[in-house]
Amino acid sequence: MSILNRFLVVVTLFLASTFVAASIQVYHFEDPEKEKRFAHLTQELRCPKCQNNNLADSDALMAEAIKDIIYEKLKAGESDEEIVNYLKARYGDFITYRPPVKPSTWIIWFGPFVFLVIGGFAIFRFVASRQTKDSPIQTIEVPEDNKAMLEQWRNEVDASEVENNETESNKIDVADQDNVDNDISARSNAK
Amino acid sequence: MIPEIGNLALAFGLALALVQFVMPLVGIATNRWRMVLVAKPAAIGQFIFVALSFACLAWSFYINDFSVAYVASHSNSSLPVAYRIGATWGGHEGSLLLWAFILSSWTFAVAMLSKALPALTRARVLAVLGFVSIGFICFILFTSNPFDRLIPIYPIDGSDLNPLLQDPGMVFHPPLLYMGYVGFSVAFAFALAALLEGRIDTLWARWVRPWTQAAWMFLTLGIAAGSWWAYYELGWGGWWFWDPVENASFMPWLIGTALLHSLAATEKRGVFKAWTTLLAIAAFSFSLLGTFLVRSGVLTSVHAFANDPVRGTYILIFLGVVVGASLFLFAARASKVSVTSWYNLLSRELLFLVNNLILVVATVMILIGTLQPIISEMLNLGKISVGPPYFNLVFTILMTPLIFLVGLGPIVNWRQHSFQDLVARTRYAAIASLAAGLVFVISEFERQATDLVQIFVGVFLIAWVIILNLGDWWKRASKKRSSTLMNLHKISPSFIAMYTAHIGMVIVVIGVVISSHFSVEKNIRLGIGQNEVVEGYQFTFEKLTDVVGPNYDALRGHFTVTKNDEVVARLEPEKRRYHASGQWMTEAGIDASLMRDLYVALGERLPDSNDWAVRIYVKPYVSCLWLGGILMGLGGLIAMTDKRYRARAKQTSKSSDSIALEAV
Amino acid sequence: MLESNKKLIYILPFVLFIAMTVLLYTGLGKDPTKLDSQLIGQPIPAFEKTLLLSPDKTISEKDVQGPALVNVFASWCPACYHEHPYLMQLTQSKTVKIYGLNYKDKREAGLKFINDLGNPYDLILFDDNGRLGVDLGVYGAPETFVINSDNKIVYRHVGIVNLDVWQTILKPKMFPEANEQQEQGAK
Repeated sequence: MSILNRFLVVVTLFLASTFVAASIQVYHFEDPEKEKRFAHLTQELRCPKCQNNNLADSDALMAEAIKDIIYEKLKAGESDEEIVNYLKARYGDFITYRPPVKPSTWIIWFGPFVFLVIGGFAIFRFVASRQTKDSPIQTIEVPEDNKAMLEQWRNEVDASEVENNETESNKIDVADQDNVDNDISARSNAK
Repeated sequence: MIPEIGNLALAFGLALALVQFVMPLVGIATNRWRMVLVAKPAAIGQFIFVALSFACLAWSFYINDFSVAYVASHSNSSLPVAYRIGATWGGHEGSLLLWAFILSSWTFAVAMLSKALPALTRARVLAVLGFVSIGFICFILFTSNPFDRLIPIYPIDGSDLNPLLQDPGMVFHPPLLYMGYVGFSVAFAFALAALLEGRIDTLWARWVRPWTQAAWMFLTLGIAAGSWWAYYELGWGGWWFWDPVENASFMPWLIGTALLHSLAATEKRGVFKAWTTLLAIAAFSFSLLGTFLVRSGVLTSVHAFANDPVRGTYILIFLGVVVGASLFLFAARASKVSVTSWYNLLSRELLFLVNNLILVVATVMILIGTLQPIISEMLNLGKISVGPPYFNLVFTILMTPLIFLVGLGPIVNWRQHSFQDLVARTRYAAIASLAAGLVFVISEFERQATDLVQIFVGVFLIAWVIILNLGDWWKRASKKRSSTLMNLHKISPSFIAMYTAHIGMVIVVIGVVISSHFSVEKNIRLGIGQNEVVEGYQFTFEKLTDVVGPNYDALRGHFTVTKNDEVVARLEPEKRRYHASGQWMTEAGIDASLMRDLYVALGERLPDSNDWAVRIYVKPYVSCLWLGGILMGLGGLIAMTDKRYRARAKQTSKSSDSIALEAV
Repeated sequence: MLESNKKLIYILPFVLFIAMTVLLYTGLGKDPTKLDSQLIGQPIPAFEKTLLLSPDKTISEKDVQGPALVNVFASWCPACYHEHPYLMQLTQSKTVKIYGLNYKDKREAGLKFINDLGNPYDLILFDDNGRLGVDLGVYGAPETFVINSDNKIVYRHVGIVNLDVWQTILKPKMFPEANEQQEQGAK
């Protein structure tokens, strides 16, 4: 980056940083409906020169100019869509934080839901394909060097759970109990 | 002298990190036991030196050593002490040193607290952590050194810390956040160790869980702190903007949440092993990605630390190597660790799968939305902006089914659960929740249809989760023979943690739903003596006074808030002018309580009049956001205290070491 | 068959990650704040503005005739001070016409700017409320537009204008026929 460009970056940052935190502009509306629409519009529209701020939170002179225009147009009775289109004609789709719905943005608008559905199906198929008649409780091989540790843990946990086991409703299967979670091995040993 | 010591210490830290990385792996490959054992002392040594380095930088700030370039550009002699220390991480170089310091701290913790681990596993874990340390320390030493001096010509005083950062939030938010980001490196290291070893058993999950819970806890608190800080500091009453830097912290959090749940299933049922490993790699990868996004200048953000493409290239290469190698290793070894286990379509396992699916889809959605400017640029699609209107809508829709599952999760059994039984258990909760939803909708019927749908769904889900989770807690406590109330704290910490975190999440949802639909904002002009009534509260502008602060002058507005003629709050917003930089800042006056926040910000004096621009907010239940966040963090903390994670120090360490010896 | 499918799944994260890394790499070094003008090829917008130097005179878009540059400047824009001497130099030869647009400024401040640094402009429009700036899609000063002989906007340059910018970017846009002749002559 040339020296000049660096200078400009510094200067721009300096300029941006002298307006630190929100300054408040007052636009008076008689109609509370229009006041709400103004708040809504200035929150959805972007300040073109700021580092990612909407119009409502920006003090830039440029943002002020746009807010004045929105104010006038709301008072004149224009619709939200007309106002946004007016600004889009001058600044492009960039000016609004709500991306348009067009083929190039289908992936962000519809993608998540499509992936959710596809993922849901994949899970369904994955789990359903492994339903066998025997509902097996599988034993998983515990590797040798961990067996000692496992045994010790299991003994400690069993000792503390004796009280638990003395309660009702043992229709609930073993998986429902608190700490006896390596029940696979427990069950296989109990058989 | 001190800065030079700091620099040197960092270099020593790098050397030890190199040892920590290379020696154990070589030792494992060549069966040299002594080399493998070097891992732990190397890790401890690295921690000591990096900590020393960080202390030197903090000390330079404390004593106002402006011969250090970084100190000169981020501090000032009139800066209060706490903020001087906070300024240590107020810029790019210092925050990287904080990263390295926190990484070495986690490494130290793993080295010291892993007596239950087989020595080989611990060696591999430390080796991976060592590699990450090398990357960061090299980055600091070679491209972003905070110890660079301005000798011989150095300023008498510094340029001051950005006033926005002169706040208690600055002292807490970055360290908490980094503890979270960096903490995921432990799960990452464990995942790689397991892949290198070629197997994962349920014990692996038990080892990893508390580390992941700790990291998640810190990240949750860090994000909540950042959000709260933005709320009261920035003056626009907002707390989340889906800014790229905010998203960079949120994506690891979502993956981390998915990881927590997946780990639970792996530990208890031995399922999802490959998937959990992938998530563990992904969580830290997103942390690294966040580091890249924030410092490379590829995205526009209010928070961006640095905009240097050279530094960006380095981080990208590092990211590519670390994550690329991990994912390649995963591709090669994952099939070895994966296992088939059976569970029904209606089972807790399935709910966890759906939980993970939703969280991952949400993360990818946020990722693509955040990277969209770069994608559009590359594909020449024209510039668009993706911001809160998009993220709020899509994220909320995605979260809705997930929150529904949060109610079901605790009560659905592992392996299989009969549908009729499930219906029977949730019948009353469903009815009560529907009723609650209807009550709210009817009381707000004059709103628009879309608002009403959101309110209904929101209230339904909140009631659903609370009833089912608290109900299950009660039921579990009532299984013991004595009084249920006394037993609430006696059930396993894992369950208490789950209920706490779930309730915390739902309280956040309460805050989100209510404050976004029922907040009121008014921008008005107010003269002294005048008042404005907002939502039944009367805000009276009493007077203006001049105030002198430690490093600023301020104009303070005095507002009295009354309701039904009773004084409810006194608010004192300020406009500050900082001496060192000449910058102005507004400081809002806030009266916070559980049920509502009263918020006043002072603007400019309007031209040609004695009136001032004033912004008033009444925000109901916004405190729920921070309260819920704290509860979630508390849940994470409680989860770590479960006794199955405590190392059985004396007995196990001997046996595990001897086992490892045999393996060698 | 199933075995290889399974293996294929496991390589997917790696592939996706590499794709993302490539994407991020293309983003390095670019300026993410740059906006393209929406008005390329369109005529200059209709307006009615007073002149900075003569507040009583009002002009409209009919009073503007290209080929010309339209330079957006303001007294609060530090880079404009940097750029101005070159604009003075550019108009010395009298072959290049520049219109000035004093954007969102106070009249006294704008006048001081011109008095201190000189006046290279044919006419200076005074856009105190910034309306014309918004119509042009201006998002920061300094900006310079190139309009052709049909008064259509041909190009919008963001940032300062110096010798390099003029030679390589603006001049070819403003005098395309001359440029073609030059290229053909060089062949």
